[in-house]
Amino acid sequence: MSISLFMSISLATYPSIGHQTKANKERQSEKPPLDLSSFLPHLLDLFSLLHSTMGLWFVRSRLAHHLGQKMASLGALQRRSWPSVSFLQLWNPLPSELVGGFSSNPINRWSDQRFASVKAESAAPVDDRCRYQVMDFPGGKVMFIPEMRFLAESPGERISCYRVLDDDGQTISGSSFQEVSKEIALKMYGDMVTLQVMDTIFYEAQRQGRISFYVTSIGEEAINVASAAALTIDDIVFPQYREPGVLLWRGFTLQEFANQCFGNKSDYGKGRQMPIHYGSNRLNYFTVSSPIATQIPHAVGAAYSLKMDKKHACAVTYFGDGGTSEGDFHAALNFAAVMEVPVIFFCRNNGWAISTPTTEQFRSDGAVIRGQAYGLRSIRVDGNDALAVYSAVHEAREMAIRESRPILVEALTYRVGHHSTSDDSTKYRPVDEIEHWRTARDPVSRYRKWIERNGWWCDDAESELRSNVRKELLHAIQAAEKMDKPPLAELFTDVYDQVPSNLHEQERLLRETIKQHPGDYPPEVPV
Amino acid sequence: MAAALQTAAALMASSNLVVNSERFRFGSLLRSPAGRKGSVLVVKSDGRHSVSFNAGLRGGHLITNAVAAKSEASAKSTDSKPGHEVLLFEALREGLEEEMDRDPRVCIMGEDVGHYGGSYKVTKGLAEKYGDLRVLDTPIAENSFTGMGIGAAMMGLRPVVEGMNMGFLLLAFNQISNNCGMLHYTSGGQFTIPIVIRGPGGVGRQLGAEHSQRLESYFQSIPGLQMVACSTPYNAKGLMKAAIRSENPVVLFEHVLLYNLKERIPDEDYICCLEEAEMVRPGEQVTILTYSRMRYHVMQAAKTLVNKGYDPEVIDIRSLKPFDLYRIGNSVKKTHRVLIVEECMRTGGIGASLRAAIIDNFWDYLDAPVMCLSSQDVPTPYAGTLEDWTVVQPAQIVAAVEQLCQ
Repeated sequence: MSISLFMSISLATYPSIGHQTKANKERQSEKPPLDLSSFLPHLLDLFSLLHSTMGLWFVRSRLAHHLGQKMASLGALQRRSWPSVSFLQLWNPLPSELVGGFSSNPINRWSDQRFASVKAESAAPVDDRCRYQVMDFPGGKVMFIPEMRFLAESPGERISCYRVLDDDGQTISGSSFQEVSKEIALKMYGDMVTLQVMDTIFYEAQRQGRISFYVTSIGEEAINVASAAALTIDDIVFPQYREPGVLLWRGFTLQEFANQCFGNKSDYGKGRQMPIHYGSNRLNYFTVSSPIATQIPHAVGAAYSLKMDKKHACAVTYFGDGGTSEGDFHAALNFAAVMEVPVIFFCRNNGWAISTPTTEQFRSDGAVIRGQAYGLRSIRVDGNDALAVYSAVHEAREMAIRESRPILVEALTYRVGHHSTSDDSTKYRPVDEIEHWRTARDPVSRYRKWIERNGWWCDDAESELRSNVRKELLHAIQAAEKMDKPPLAELFTDVYDQVPSNLHEQERLLRETIKQHPGDYPPEVPV
Repeated sequence: MAAALQTAAALMASSNLVVNSERFRFGSLLRSPAGRKGSVLVVKSDGRHSVSFNAGLRGGHLITNAVAAKSEASAKSTDSKPGHEVLLFEALREGLEEEMDRDPRVCIMGEDVGHYGGSYKVTKGLAEKYGDLRVLDTPIAENSFTGMGIGAAMMGLRPVVEGMNMGFLLLAFNQISNNCGMLHYTSGGQFTIPIVIRGPGGVGRQLGAEHSQRLESYFQSIPGLQMVACSTPYNAKGLMKAAIRSENPVVLFEHVLLYNLKERIPDEDYICCLEEAEMVRPGEQVTILTYSRMRYHVMQAAKTLVNKGYDPEVIDIRSLKPFDLYRIGNSVKKTHRVLIVEECMRTGGIGASLRAAIIDNFWDYLDAPVMCLSSQDVPTPYAGTLEDWTVVQPAQIVAAVEQLCQ
């Protein structure tokens, strides 16, 4: 018992073990700046402890603990210049045979004795005496055990991932999934393609300087469209900024997208938000707010409202792997579980939060595992498998509404595009990794193979669809660009329900200034 | 309204003031170690012991206790009058209850607001009446229950979010500023957020820095927020009801030391305008602008000033955003002298903004520089004397008026 206990302690305190990513390995080649002063105290610790009577196991675990902390702080300061693996190799002064070979270590025998009583008790068979050692504690009965047993930092195996279509777009035999009609299946495909075309053209428009900013959803088309397809229009969506496909599915037109990106007078947001921060009251899609994860508690509030009104609908909120580090994520999951409200938390785990890989974002097995800790039913799903996403969200919605409970869905995917137009992701991740996900793992072509196999799709239909979307979008962009910007008065409306006197005054002064200095203000803005 | 003003004025002029306020003050002292769990009901019952303990702790030269409850004798004398007598926290509760009766969309959320009734008992009994869902106890996470309120508000509910202490709302600052204040605007008016965020704030009785926050200044520059501070049972109820009915997010500041203030308020339904200042004492010589608890320090000083032959006009500005420049302007045009008295921070505080607004708008009417008495720019200290020196005292107000009127 003691040996396994020690092993688990020391392993638990090495945060890097089991988390060597490709990116991490690559970074090992970089030489980290060695700050001797920072781990000199650890060496001193080591020596003093070696001479103490505490025993080597304790030295090791304590050191490891120190290192864990040190590495955590280093990680925050200089994430990429201090690869954790090489750090471990650097400091470890112990002969390598001791690292894995505790049994041959004489000091270990001492520690066997040290915990002899514990071992004796734990070795005893579970008898009646143990069965009585149960405590009623809020939440249920808690069993007392004589062993000192720490919960492992992770279950031995990673949570498995639900999938329906294999890499070739064939349904995996024995997979359970929600049937999709031809009509829905084709609309799903059409919207996924539209989203791809939209991303390509808007991205280009940004590069040409016609809009200031854009965010693509490339690689996450299945998540966008298939999750939306599994919902109804009555379900309330609290998006982040990489889910325009949900809006597309609900009927937002290309012209409406273009109007928002160009911030013209037909934009529902009246030109007040960056591109991609869409919002539509009509389509139950709440306006995107830039700070990460603030929409998650909103969704819980909306679900609370749905529960109060006994509506047959749920709230759905989307966020990325980075968003799960925000306090709002944790609190919202906890709130939803406690309040038993119908909400689906949809995590798009796409591997990257701008330049931060998930290995530097969290040490848990993704987001899905956290659901259980908060008392939520959760599922991990292949985010590049439209049928799996559709089926999982469909079932999640049914459960959420029927049982009035929150559900967490984690979709594994990859952000094929850059974070935004302000980012060049090839600076921090290998191009072949991006290419692999863009081609071999592309959710759109995988899904296309499935509809083709069903006889619902062909090359002609494909080229016609792409060409039509392209034409329509180019037309929409031209129209959006030509359209007037919102008038000056709109600068002051909607701050409050009515324009208060101080804003009236500010508006008056602004108009006066413009009148006096017309050359200094853009002529195309209606005053 | 006028009747209530007179009542308030009578209250201030009452000779029982000192005794009563001593009572109140001691109650708070005893309460302070308990901090968040403090109950106003306990406060009252502790009054008896106050005199000796109080004297030992603080110098008699400071008149810091300008909050008062009516004596029993005066209560009896008003029994025959219309209306009913309530404490300020009960007035807030009445406001909540009436609005919940009137509109099924009104709901309450926060920590311990349910069967516990809120730390200052403002939601007492409401969970029993309206159920656990409409009076929702949330786990502890200020940012998230505020966010939840915003989500619910965008869905059409009218949540009243209680911050157990205004200082804790700093934890909700992101939701309040980024979402609550902006989403109506950024959505192009598609989504409204008719939420009320309320709770006890201000410098209490030795509650330490974090429990004695003066956050008005933090919130004042958030676009989209409206802010009001209540100071009497009458306006507490009226402002609460108006805030709930408003389509805008409203922050309602209550003051920890005013919850036990007693006043006779009308039986019938009324609301107070959220943008309106309140005339407390008409006068001719100098305009004193104040709000929340400082109103009572000002009225203490006003008593002294009247005895000295001055005639100050006292206005409770009540609306901290936007300022009621109409009423304030009328007063400035009459007296030509302005003193601002506030509990807020000196730097970047409400007083600083108000002074700027007066100078901008009424410069030509001013016969003297606008004076502003604010709290010191320090975290509120715990020790009683230090705390007293942090906030404005009536003697300073008297001195300032004398200087202004020279």
